[in-house]
Amino acid sequence: MFVGKAFLLSCNQNEIIDFIYDLKGKIMRGDTIAAIATALSNSGIGIVRMSGEESLKIIDKVYQSKHGGKVLSQMSSHTIHYGFICDDEKIIDEVMVAIMKAPHSYTMEDTVEINCHGGTLVMKRILETVIKYGARPADPGEFTKRAFLNGRIDLSQAESVIDVINARNDFALDSSIHQLRGNVREKIKNLRAGIIHEIAYIESALDDPEHISLDGFGEQLHLTIGKIAKEIEELLSVSENGELMKEGIRTVIVGKPNAGKSSLMNVLVGRERAIVTDTPGTTRDVLEEQINLDGILLHVIDTAGIRDTKERIEQIGVEKAKEYIEKSDLVIYVVDSSVDLDKNDEDILKLLQNHKVLILLNKSDLSQLISEDVLRQKLSQQKLSFPMISISAKQETGIEKLKNTIQEMFFSGEITANEEIIITNVRQKSALQSALQSLKLVEQSIENQMPEDFYSIDLMDAYEKLGNITGETVEEDLVNEIFSKFCMGK
Amino acid sequence: MPCVIENYDVCVVGAGHAGCEAALAAARLGLDTIVFTVSVESIALMPCNPNIGGSSKGHLVREVDALGGQMGINIDKTFIQSKMLNVSKGPAVHSLRAQADKAEYSRNMRMTLENTEHLTLRQAEVTELIIEDGVIKGVKTFSGAIYNCRAVVLCTGTYLKARCLYGDVVNHTGPNGLQSANELSQSLIDNGVEIFRFKTGTPARIDKRSIDFSKMQEQKGDESVVPFSFTTNPQDVQIDQVSCWLTYTTKETHEIIKENLDRSPLYSGMIEGTGPRYCPSIEDKVVKFADKERHQVFIEPEGLYTNEMYVGGMSSSLPEDVQYNMYHSVPGLEHAKIVRNAYAIEYDCINPRQLYPTLEFKNIKGLFSGGQFNGSSGYEEAAAQGLVAGINAAMSILGNEPLILDRSESYIGVLIDDLVTKENHEPYRMMTSRAEYRLLLRQDNADLRLTKKGYHIGLIGQDRYDWVVEKERLIAEEVERIEHVNIGANAKVQKLLEDHHSTPLKTGTTLAELIRRPELCYDDLAEIDENRPKLAGDVIEQVNIHIKYDGYIKRQMKQVREFKKLENKKLPQNFDYSGINSLRIEAKQKLNLYQPVNVGQASRISGVSPADISVLLVYMEQRNRQKFDSQ
Repeated sequence: MFVGKAFLLSCNQNEIIDFIYDLKGKIMRGDTIAAIATALSNSGIGIVRMSGEESLKIIDKVYQSKHGGKVLSQMSSHTIHYGFICDDEKIIDEVMVAIMKAPHSYTMEDTVEINCHGGTLVMKRILETVIKYGARPADPGEFTKRAFLNGRIDLSQAESVIDVINARNDFALDSSIHQLRGNVREKIKNLRAGIIHEIAYIESALDDPEHISLDGFGEQLHLTIGKIAKEIEELLSVSENGELMKEGIRTVIVGKPNAGKSSLMNVLVGRERAIVTDTPGTTRDVLEEQINLDGILLHVIDTAGIRDTKERIEQIGVEKAKEYIEKSDLVIYVVDSSVDLDKNDEDILKLLQNHKVLILLNKSDLSQLISEDVLRQKLSQQKLSFPMISISAKQETGIEKLKNTIQEMFFSGEITANEEIIITNVRQKSALQSALQSLKLVEQSIENQMPEDFYSIDLMDAYEKLGNITGETVEEDLVNEIFSKFCMGK
Repeated sequence: MPCVIENYDVCVVGAGHAGCEAALAAARLGLDTIVFTVSVESIALMPCNPNIGGSSKGHLVREVDALGGQMGINIDKTFIQSKMLNVSKGPAVHSLRAQADKAEYSRNMRMTLENTEHLTLRQAEVTELIIEDGVIKGVKTFSGAIYNCRAVVLCTGTYLKARCLYGDVVNHTGPNGLQSANELSQSLIDNGVEIFRFKTGTPARIDKRSIDFSKMQEQKGDESVVPFSFTTNPQDVQIDQVSCWLTYTTKETHEIIKENLDRSPLYSGMIEGTGPRYCPSIEDKVVKFADKERHQVFIEPEGLYTNEMYVGGMSSSLPEDVQYNMYHSVPGLEHAKIVRNAYAIEYDCINPRQLYPTLEFKNIKGLFSGGQFNGSSGYEEAAAQGLVAGINAAMSILGNEPLILDRSESYIGVLIDDLVTKENHEPYRMMTSRAEYRLLLRQDNADLRLTKKGYHIGLIGQDRYDWVVEKERLIAEEVERIEHVNIGANAKVQKLLEDHHSTPLKTGTTLAELIRRPELCYDDLAEIDENRPKLAGDVIEQVNIHIKYDGYIKRQMKQVREFKKLENKKLPQNFDYSGINSLRIEAKQKLNLYQPVNVGQASRISGVSPADISVLLVYMEQRNRQKFDSQ
């Protein structure tokens, strides 16, 4: 029996579910949450999990059995079913769906687990589909939180539940704000500024009708909203392939100046065609690229520009390089095999401990001063051992092997993508969609000739949703905007 | 030394809009109440604008009325012009505003106070609070008299260490040249109360005979006047009304102001207090909105038996000579004679985050406060808080549940929650945009929202209670009926639709669907609604709103249900949050300082993140289960 005595005494399960609180302050009552429950690697089988009172209803909307006609909500608890996840007619994946009815599940709510193919893209699609049909992205640690609040997890574990929530939250907040592309953040900030201005105008007219008139405002607002909606649609259309977020395996290229880091980057980008190039304004001295190696997304940071300004120009900026290495999933260390190892290399070698590293002996087209053996010896002195590949970025040799090695590392699970970022991306996308929906409601209200005060309701929703993406809360924004932009009477 | 010693249940300090409501509430609940004022002539004084109500403030007056307060009744007796604002907008933002005859308003309120049982009026300045072990025991006045009591309500308005300024002239008085209260601040500080210094201002009053009204636009009242109070018979308020007048500042006005800015105490740094952004002086407006060519000026009568006119929109603290030039540059005021100068006023008030939502001080049991003393501004905001503070002072003595209104049930709830929860550094004004659920918090349904609460407190009689229950029933029945009346696409219907410029029907529909069309309302469809019962106007109004805005109302009601969950999750008082390790340091500090009454309030404190709230929920759940286990 999983249910504690205390829980039975304190009864009222609904009351407890009601405390669920999402990341940005909206209170949800036993609503249905969804998340990818397994590691986001491209191997084996993945699980997308849903929990909440709507989960059975949602799975009915997206599940199709092989011959059709099977309705999962009618099936008994703890059964598993073969079939397909579909969005309308479109089949997304072949799956096995497990049904666990309340209270016999981890969260003690109706729970559905979709066992699908393990691909990152597939899991993301399935997650997006269940969100489209009514689930919302789970907050960090939310399944665990529900399990605890519903009495599933023992009291003694409360502290660790809190820790999980905290750690996940910190991470998610960090990724949702810092991993957002600089240009996307700017764009959303501008859209928000546009929206709050319109709300403030309406509100000041309502508070001070004798000073500010709303005659003809609806038509004008309709135009403005149309433009904002269009920009959100554009953001949504590029949100595939991680264009909103710096998604992918965070890969950092290090090496002393002139070791061939940038050439390598160019080769990778040129060959594989970078999906995105970053715009200026994110980090001035590093170059970031999104590279798709046959379905594996790399977010590559070239540290070419990092230099210690106090030192001579050839010196790398050790502190900064360290910082990037700390945050990476994979380090590509480019060694210039045509010259001797120097202090830079010594510095870099010291930073590699406890990281996933791939060493490239570059400039294999020139005469070799550093061989694999020499380097291996050097490494073993520091008790290190990393895979090595000889390449020539200039002549583009060895690149195929590099690619294969990265793929092997990925599929063997040796390196994994940062899953929080992918999840966050889904969350952002769903926030964009809700914002767009709210704006459509405003347009509808204008068309239906509703009074102006009704426009603010949905405008505010859109404003809040966009704020969720950039990590900004509403607080006193509106009141400040009213007072600073509009002259109130008395 | 021998001195006067008297005993009361409740001492109310100040007889302005907050003090009157507080004193009346406590006395009407049967408690021996004394109310102190520096001048009996200044009871319910309106030292600034001559009106009651306005956007969102009208809502507050209605709510005060529904809970059994006096403001609505008093203005209904003494108004000289009335208008429903925003009638072209949605019902949520309709707002009543009435011009008052200031002297009559004050006189009527004084009569009410003087004739209320258990209520004693006393002209005296309270200089000291008597507090023992964190519990209020009484107050001391300037003469040394001691008034022992069980609860004190502070409603000192703008009188604490007040000083009035224009140019380099400083008068150490309260508003209107009345005596200020200079000692109480120190007594508060000695008892650990944190004091703020705020500022506000008022325009000049001008002699009506010196105004050329032919250069202004006349602003008349509504043809059919709606009363504020739910107890006032609408027929009693259909009176002859007086007009207000509209004119504008000119380029010349703005130039005069700009040239003399250096002589304003605001810009010379003489004023220390923080002024309200929503109520800027004319010099503020000219500086901040430099691109605006002119600003509106409303000339409003101060009463029927005075020639003084209020110059709305032109409050100022510029020197006297500049004021003359400035007012004279406004069309119609060329030869205006000033009766009273415009001035800015500075005063002490408290940081209201020291209060519980009951308006009781967290660190002084039995001490309550309301009105401008709490950092708000406006007569209506003051009345609302005074009423709640008075009720809760009484409830604490009677040992009853306190009255805490939440953000989903009233503007009063929004007002008090904002004051006691949010960082605020200027006089706080009510605004409709501050209410998240304003579609539900309309001025037209304040009675339905709050009368029952007033009844349970003891300020509303049985008749009024019964009527609200009956009204609820009638509304619900009629809404239900309308939703199910089917309308066919027959000739009579099509004709009626055509007459109202509404698209003809293709197939049958319900009456409710027709009411939802923007161009139609309940009354328009009487002809095609054969079994319509005869209902009172206010019932019909509710039915119409319910049906017309059904979708939006349901959405907000859903949000309210979600909101209530955290509001209903109570937190312990005087709790030490530093023991919860996983809370962030800032959250621990803020929670310790604010001591929120429930998780909802905690979530609105700036610096407390959603993750902190999750931690709090898990922690509280753990605590509850431990309690169960140990029982």
